[in-house]
Amino acid sequence: MDFNDFLEATFNFNNYAELLPLVRNSIIAGAVLGVVGGLIGTFVMMRDMAFAVHGIAELSFAGAAFALLIGANVVFGSLVGSVVAAMLLGVLGFRARDRNSIIGVLMPFGLGLGILFISLYQGRSANKFGLLTGQIVSVDSVQLNLLAGCAVVVIAALLLIWRPLTFASADPDMAEARGLPVNALSIVFMFLLGVSVALSIQVVGALLVLALVITPAAAALRVTSSPRLVVLLSVIFAVTAVVGGILVAVGGRIPISPYVTTISFLIYLLCRFIGTRRRHHGHQRRGSPALTRSGPVV
Amino acid sequence: MHRPTPDPGHTAQEPAGSGDTKIPAPAVGLDSASLAFGDRTLWKDLDLDIQPGEFLAVLGPNGSGKTSFLKVLLGLQRLTSGSVQLQGKPVRRGSRDIGYIPQQKQFAPDTPLRARDLVGLGVDGHRWGLRLDGRKYARRVDELLELVGASGYADVPVGLLSGGEQQRLRVAQALATDPAVLLCDEALLSLDLHHQQAVSRLVNEQCRTADSAVVFVTHEINPVIEYVDRVLYLAGGQFRVGTPEEVMRTDVLSEMYGTHVEVLRSNGRIVVVGQPDATTHHHEHGEA
Repeated sequence: MDFNDFLEATFNFNNYAELLPLVRNSIIAGAVLGVVGGLIGTFVMMRDMAFAVHGIAELSFAGAAFALLIGANVVFGSLVGSVVAAMLLGVLGFRARDRNSIIGVLMPFGLGLGILFISLYQGRSANKFGLLTGQIVSVDSVQLNLLAGCAVVVIAALLLIWRPLTFASADPDMAEARGLPVNALSIVFMFLLGVSVALSIQVVGALLVLALVITPAAAALRVTSSPRLVVLLSVIFAVTAVVGGILVAVGGRIPISPYVTTISFLIYLLCRFIGTRRRHHGHQRRGSPALTRSGPVV
Repeated sequence: MHRPTPDPGHTAQEPAGSGDTKIPAPAVGLDSASLAFGDRTLWKDLDLDIQPGEFLAVLGPNGSGKTSFLKVLLGLQRLTSGSVQLQGKPVRRGSRDIGYIPQQKQFAPDTPLRARDLVGLGVDGHRWGLRLDGRKYARRVDELLELVGASGYADVPVGLLSGGEQQRLRVAQALATDPAVLLCDEALLSLDLHHQQAVSRLVNEQCRTADSAVVFVTHEINPVIEYVDRVLYLAGGQFRVGTPEEVMRTDVLSEMYGTHVEVLRSNGRIVVVGQPDATTHHHEHGEA
């Protein structure tokens, strides 16, 4: 393959106007999933659960592979797998240490199961690959509706528990002293996370979920500490990555996930750069440093 | 009085009491309260009324049950026997009448909260759904920041604040509900002298001007000694209640520890010498 072949495979905008209407549904679904990823990602970062997301994704993959094998709805299989994984983590691993070891145990088991089911599957190989690397362009409208429906439920639930969940995530001891049901919130969050991961897998695949759930929020945190701005930026970044990825990928022969992950990564790099520059310029937003820093800093 | 016994008679003193004919309910009332973990008793038959505007220091070695005492008041720890009341009503989880100031802890540098947001959690962090009245919320947060002198760093991320700055915010956060009782859990730990004074002064102000009862758990009485009305000393499964002069004495503490302990005074400061470390005798989980 020479360079021209590579370009044609990756960036091909022939007949773009005709292709675009075909992926209209995918773009809408992608945008909604981007919103979910951006929202849930801020809490994942606050709760330091990137590794958990990866673990949930592998079990979600196993669920999807099993559904593929028995001819059931793949989105549904993926949802069941990741919700089961998330609930297991939620119940067994309240403490970060426990959680990480449990994830380390569950992850290879899930991936192994997935490989088993996929090996047994006799159908199209594109379907197999799609689970690991994303397949939103190929999902039918029934599944798209399921995706969008779940996404709306997750978004609504997050908005409902937004403040208590922020409190419990950022400042758990204090939230408990205030009488918030910290453990129950954690279980509810894990359930929502499970659903979100299953949804994201449909876009970027089990292996690349972090690009949609972690990277946008991590990028946003580089440039701001305002909770509202973090959420807003995180959502914008995630939506940009998904929709942008779909738009660029339309003409080529390659799945959309490399585009999504690359855009996501570039946004992160940019934010990191901006964040570092700001810190160098003493961007601290202190009103009157002389007044507030009168004593030695602890 | 030779040995300040834990009888309710002590509670008759009302540092900021109104002296009405009708006796108002105490801010906190413990009635023959006992707490034990397994066969290890932290305290037994504790009768104690804390009045509005009173500053109570809870002292004792590690593992003596100071933190458990706070958890009982917060409704997070059930008594083994006896009862505990808040303004005459049984304690329940998450009461708005209690403000809690925890030990200082470092926030991760990328925590998406600014100083004002941390205080804001105290204002409406427990509410479900989205905030509808943003202006009222912002006004309240500004008010609280002003109150503790933190307006200057209102927009700085909490991860970049010093321990002392953070604890000021904790005071603001705890005062958000205008609580009748202010619980401080080693709130001065790991602060330098300057910030210790600033934070304890803020707590005392709330105690005197707003008539909040203060329960100040600490292993070190000196930073707050000028404010303390009474001391609850926990050690060796026993307790003593009384003024610092009554409790912080060689004979009293020696009896509690079951070994000779020397209490020295100099320039209004109190130093306890020779106290054994309770953690060497007990399991530590009671303190957790």
